[in-house]
Parts: sequence; structure tokens; C-alpha cells
Amino acid sequence: MTGRIRIALALEGAGWHPAAWRDEDARPGDLRTLGLWRDLVRTAESGGVDFVTIEDSFLLQGADRGTAGIGVENDVVRGRLDALLIASAVAPLTSRIGLVPTVTTTHTEPFHVATSLQTLDHTSRGRAGWRVQASPRPAEAALFGRREFPDLSIEQFLDPAHAHLIRDLFDEAGDVIDVVRLLWDSWEEDAVIRDLPTGRYIDRERIHNAEFEGRWFSVKGASIVPRPPQGQLPVTLLAHRVEPYELAARGADVVYVTPKDDASATSILDEVRQAEARVGRTGARLEVYADLLVLLEDSTRDARAALDRLDSLAGSPLVSDAVVLATTVDLLVDRLRAWSDLGYAGFRLRPARLPADLVRIAEQLVPALDRAGLHDSSFGGDTTERGTAERGTLRDRLGLEPAPNRYTSARLSAEDATISPNEVLA
Amino acid sequence: MTKRQVHLAAHIPGVNNTTIWSAPDAGSQIDFESFEHFSANAEKGFFDYLFLAEGLRLREHKGRIHDLDVVGRPNTLAVLTAIAAITEHIGLVGTLSATFNEPEELARQLATLDHLSGGRAGWNVVTSSDEFHGANFRRGGFLEHSQRYERAAEFVTTAKELWNGWAADAIVADKATGRFLAPDSVHPTSHHGDHFDVEGFFDVPASPQRHPVIVQAGDSSDGRDFAAAHAEVIFSRHGEFAEGQAFYADVKGRLADRGRSEDSLKILPGATFVIGDSDEDARQTARETSLAQVSPQTAIAFVEQIWGRDLSAYDADGPLPDIEPATDVTLSRGRVRHENPAAVAKAWRERAEADHLSIRELVVALSGRQSFIGTASGIAADIDRHVQERASDGFVIVGATNPHGLDEFVEKVVPELQERGVYRTSYEPGATLRENLELPPLVAGATSLQQHEVAR
Repeated sequence: MTGRIRIALALEGAGWHPAAWRDEDARPGDLRTLGLWRDLVRTAESGGVDFVTIEDSFLLQGADRGTAGIGVENDVVRGRLDALLIASAVAPLTSRIGLVPTVTTTHTEPFHVATSLQTLDHTSRGRAGWRVQASPRPAEAALFGRREFPDLSIEQFLDPAHAHLIRDLFDEAGDVIDVVRLLWDSWEEDAVIRDLPTGRYIDRERIHNAEFEGRWFSVKGASIVPRPPQGQLPVTLLAHRVEPYELAARGADVVYVTPKDDASATSILDEVRQAEARVGRTGARLEVYADLLVLLEDSTRDARAALDRLDSLAGSPLVSDAVVLATTVDLLVDRLRAWSDLGYAGFRLRPARLPADLVRIAEQLVPALDRAGLHDSSFGGDTTERGTAERGTLRDRLGLEPAPNRYTSARLSAEDATISPNEVLA
Repeated sequence: MTKRQVHLAAHIPGVNNTTIWSAPDAGSQIDFESFEHFSANAEKGFFDYLFLAEGLRLREHKGRIHDLDVVGRPNTLAVLTAIAAITEHIGLVGTLSATFNEPEELARQLATLDHLSGGRAGWNVVTSSDEFHGANFRRGGFLEHSQRYERAAEFVTTAKELWNGWAADAIVADKATGRFLAPDSVHPTSHHGDHFDVEGFFDVPASPQRHPVIVQAGDSSDGRDFAAAHAEVIFSRHGEFAEGQAFYADVKGRLADRGRSEDSLKILPGATFVIGDSDEDARQTARETSLAQVSPQTAIAFVEQIWGRDLSAYDADGPLPDIEPATDVTLSRGRVRHENPAAVAKAWRERAEADHLSIRELVVALSGRQSFIGTASGIAADIDRHVQERASDGFVIVGATNPHGLDEFVEKVVPELQERGVYRTSYEPGATLRENLELPPLVAGATSLQQHEVAR
């Protein structure tokens, strides 16, 4: 698998540019319909994109401006649908592409998070993943009324005086990941036995209660959902600084980072590897993906002009945590090759405009990467056919090793330990 | 005068002994293809909706996971939304706890399901109060019985306030001016009550039905009042004719005080069935079905729930235990508790002695009886009678196997109902679940305010 990069697409509203919904190809009136999401994900799938992520938040876009902002001109997209349920609806309408919704760890029930993602893995026949997100914003907390977060600016958050807030936020997210993984493992593969002579549907020795007690919550029982096809779904998260790097190192398979240039692409990779060492990560290393916000046209001049046009509609230049590339397919291939050589396992592309840039990525960029030997779109069978799910799981597609069940492994190694002395004696 | 129309819902087979996992054609309880078949068949039979119960904790018996019935099921919302994508007309109703969810999150999930399904979402509001389920959730713990419905009522009210935050035509998405929302079309919710504090803008635009259809299943007087205030469908347990008529009259009689019309609440009891070529053939199959549902082990476990002790040494084909039930012992968790074990045991003994029943025969007699047993035309006539004579507005049909349990019903009983002129022969294109149920449209605004008063 070495050398092959993975391409993910980050789906958000009408695209990542605030004025993207005013692009001539945009369908802003359809954002809450199944048809639009189906079309976007199917286009990405037919182009060979490895997986899509779907953004989410409890906050209405632009709501920080208050009621005064409602109904103004030069506005942004307002309103969205629940990401996990978008992925759930698209699952039976697709067959190869991975589906990775954003699900927050802060206000949700860890038990529901685990079972809904597990169910998505069943309905997609092994193509589900999770984009973990913590939500420290006070306006989100106010919608739940169960806890409060101080209203801090980014600068205040970075102040050492508030360091414990960030630490707590990510510690809790780490606990949620731990318990979700525990619940995904709570059913062993062969728990359903349907044994007629004894009348037993399950072997209850093969189902394990979570028995998790942490600082923020506890979960006592096993999952209600039988073991998902992948066992463990790929866990991913976006990280910009050391605390989330450590959270990723503690619990994730894939981390998305935001280098701005070659120098930071190198230094961020180093920081991630150091974070892995600090938390004592064992097993496979984190797969590090770079996030890039892309706008693609036939020439750099056209791309620049398109971006300028959107910026002028929005009234200000695009600002993003990720590097913004208004460029051509060929130049983007060069960039991805160069960063792949640095050690990036993949890239999560944020299309400036939907569907325009998604279509270029699916129809031009991915085929170009295939031709360059950097990517393999033919990977993965059609998972709608029974029995081929293993070949087409998202874990396989991402090059992640199979995830053995912890209880099964423990039992097998215990059995080995008791058997081997006998074998020696024999 | 046109006849009252029959409304049917298709109950996705659940995790109790009604579902015969040992049947030769029993499929997976979790693979999506089971849900694909079940939903395609129900839509072929023009059912109003699919119904899926919720799992919050695996049931336990004698301190261990109960292993005799089907165990394991999908997350309700995630699987219903997947089914929405592969169906076109049928409603999607899930049980979702008002105790172990929060209004903001559940409201946006239900609104999302309503969008993605084109207006086919429904919510069976249930309350839970026990620590057993609570142990899996952040809020954990225990709610007094009276508080359960208070919380549920305030939950529904709060959800409606969130759903009402967006005008139906809020999104204009005018590319030329950059105006995405119409002026004054989205309003923040500010709810501060005994159970919830919710402040801010809801982020899901108004969905096709605005509110999902509200379903309710509780049976206590509190439950009936809750239904009269909030529910549009009651999933009742009163399928038997005379009992059904009494329940129907009682609940519908509570509507006028709330300013609601009789047709604004549908009553659909759960119902099982066995179809035969003749009545005798059906009775024979019904006996076989009951025995398949009540294995010897299941019969013993059933009695253990009342006796509160280990009875595994007893023979299911022998008489009830001669020892007395233990008091204050809960052997079974995750299901409805019996309040007075000694009285139940006494009644069972009397019945078993009078009818000369073994343990297994008694359990079959108590639990395994099908609602409708007969020929397809006989069953259709019986269903029709219930509806015309106001013992119900239809039924939630429960099959005995998964996923094929309703195939025969759709093939044989549905045409008979159509023949009688009491059942649709096609779906109205684009109809919402509320429209398919022949429920009156929501009155925007008024509904929320009026029900807010009731909740207080």
C-alpha cells in the first residue's frame, strides 16, 4: 500500500467559500434534499474519491450576528441537516465510497454516538467512519442547557490561564472515543448462535458490558447493535494544535492537519509524531492527511478570477484555517505529490464550490493522480454484492489493518497460554 | 356514506419472543437487506408507516443478558433514515426516549429525517424512568413516575418551539442579491422550564411536515392525557373488540377539552395474525406458532420473572412451582415489571389448575395468543369491523418472523381489504405521513402555544 495516497472530500453547505452558493452551478435551494446529497456523493464515488466527510454543528451559520443578520443581503448559507443522518440516507444509494460524518462528543450521548455509527456501518456494509468533533462554543451549550462554556475568543482560549478548559474538552472527547470503541467491541463476531437445542439466540459469553466510568459520564451496558462489519470504524479528527494532536494520537486512526506551506507541512508532521510518542501510542501510526481548500479551473488565471469574483460577492477575501489553492488540476497534482513525499498519507480536499470543484476533483484530479501512480481508483469491490464487503470496507480502502475484537483476542491468547504447556508435555 | 378507511402500520420484528428466530426463513436482525425486504414489502402493501422500537440496553435475566429471544437491533434514527432513501411513500416512525435524549439534538434529527424522506417522519414518544437504562446515559438515574410525563410533555413542547423557529418559506436563496433568508423568517427559541433550558437558533430549516407525526403508547391515565394533548397516533394495546371500543371512547372523549377533533388522533392497536386456508387450518398454525414463540426455556424464564427465583430445575411440561414467589426481587430488567408477584402467581395457579395446563401451556395461553386467526377474508372482515365500529382506526401489524413476517399479510389480506373498499389501492404521490394517516394539517403557531399551556 505504500506510496498510494487517499483522497477525501469535505462536504460543507454549498462549498467552503461563503459565497459559493451564488455560483451559477450551485443548488442552494436543494441543500436540505436527499437528491442533492445523493448526486454529490455519487459523483465523488464514480470519480474514485476514497471517502467523503460531512461537516456538522448545532450552531446556525452566522447566528452570532443575532436576529439582525436574518434576511440580509450578501449572506451565507443558513441551515443544515444532521450529518450522520445524511450519511445514513446516502449509504444505500452508494456502494464503494466511505462515509464519514461529523459527530460531536460534547453534547451528545456516547451511547447513541456509538450505536448510530455502528448502524451506519451496517447500512453501508462496512463503509462508515467518524469525524470526531468537540464543541466548546457557548452558543451550542445554550441549546442544550446542561453545561456552560465561557465565551472566550481564540486568543483567550490560547492563554495558559484557560489551558485546563482545552485539556478538559479533549480529555472528555478522548473518553468518548474510548467508550465508543469499547461499545463497538462489545459484541464478538460469533455472538449470535441461534442454537435450537438450548433455545439460545446468543452466546452471552460473547457479549460484554462496557462498565465504563469516567470523569464526565459512565456507560454500563453493552451496545444494542451487533458487531459492525468493520469491527472498528476508522476514527478521524481535524487538529490544529498540540492538544488535539495528542487526542488523535490517543484515539484516532486518521488526523487531518492544516499546513500552509512546505515548511509547516514538515513541522506539523513532526509535531504529530512527537504527540504520538508523548501519549505512548502503540500499534499503527496515525495516518496524517493535509486539508486543502481548493478551487479548480483550466488555468491559474481563471482560478484566480473565479476566487476574486466569489470574494467580491462575499465582500471580503476568503479566510480559512486551511491553505487556499485557486489553481489547476496539474499544479494540484504536483502539490499533492510533493507533500505525499514528505509523509502525508492522504489529503482532505475542501471544494470551494459545490458541485463545481467536486466535479473537477472527481472527473479530472483523481484520474490524473491515478495516471501518475499516486492513487488507485480501482480499489475496492462493489459492496452491494453479498460477500464482497470485506474487500470494500473503508478500513481496507484506507490501508488500515483489520481490527480484531479485544475480547476475542484476549480469549484466544488465554487459550493459547493454557494449551501450550500441555502441548509441551505431550 | 363512504366507509371509514383502515390504517395499517408495519411493526419491524423486535427483541421479544414474538419474533421466531428459529424459523427456517428467519433472516438477520441487523443486516440491511432484512430492512430492505421488510420495507419494500410494507410499501407494496400500502402501509401508512413502518414502526421500529428503540433499544437502550440489552435486557437482562437473572443478572445476565437474556439469551432466549432475539438480541440486538439498529439505532432507530440511523436505520430509518437509510430506509427513507430506498422507499418512496411509506412513513418512518421510531420510538425515541424523551428521557435519554435532549430536545435540541432529537429535534434536529427528526427534522432531518423529515427532510430526507420528503415528509414521512414520525416519533413514538416514550418515557423511561429506571436506573437500568439510565446507566448507559449521561443523565443516568431515576425519574419519578409523575415526572416522566412532565418531562415528555415539556420535551415535545420544546421540540415544537425549535421546529417552529423557521417559517416554511424562509429560504429564498436569491443568488443575485445574496439574500439567503427572507427577512424576519427565522427566530431564536427561548425555552426555560422545569426540565429544559434551550436558548438559541435552531439550525434545520422547516421540514415538509414541520413536525413529525407524534405517536404515543403509554396506557396509564397520565399517558392518556399526554396522548390527548400531544399525540396524533396512539399505539395501543387494546386490540380486543369490546376493550378496544372502551379505550377508543375514553381517549377520543378527552380530545374535545383540548379543542381537538375526533379525527386528529388515530388509535392503532398492535396486532398479530395467523392466516390459514380454513379457520381450522389457521388454528392449527396458530398453535404451532405459539409453541415456536414459547420454547421450554422461554416458558421457564417467563415464570421466573414473577417468581423472582431460579426455576431452571423445573420441567416446562410439568405444573407450576409449588413454592411461593420471592418478594421484592427483580430478576428481569429492561422490560415492564409486574407490581404484585404474589397475586399474579395465585391467578396463574388457579388458571393452570382449572384448565390442566403445564408451565409451557400456561405461558402460551397467557402470552402467545394471536390477535387475528382465520382465513384472509375472515381477518379482513374482522379488521374492517373494528374500524367501522370504532374499536380502532386500524392496526400496527406485527409479524412473527423477520423479514418475511408480513409477506403473506400483504399478499392475501391487503387485497381483501381493498375489495371491501376500506383500504387504499395506491399511494397519493408526494403525500406526507400526516396526509396518509388522514390527520388534519397542523395549525401553524397555534399548536405550539396551545400545547405549551397543556404542558404546564
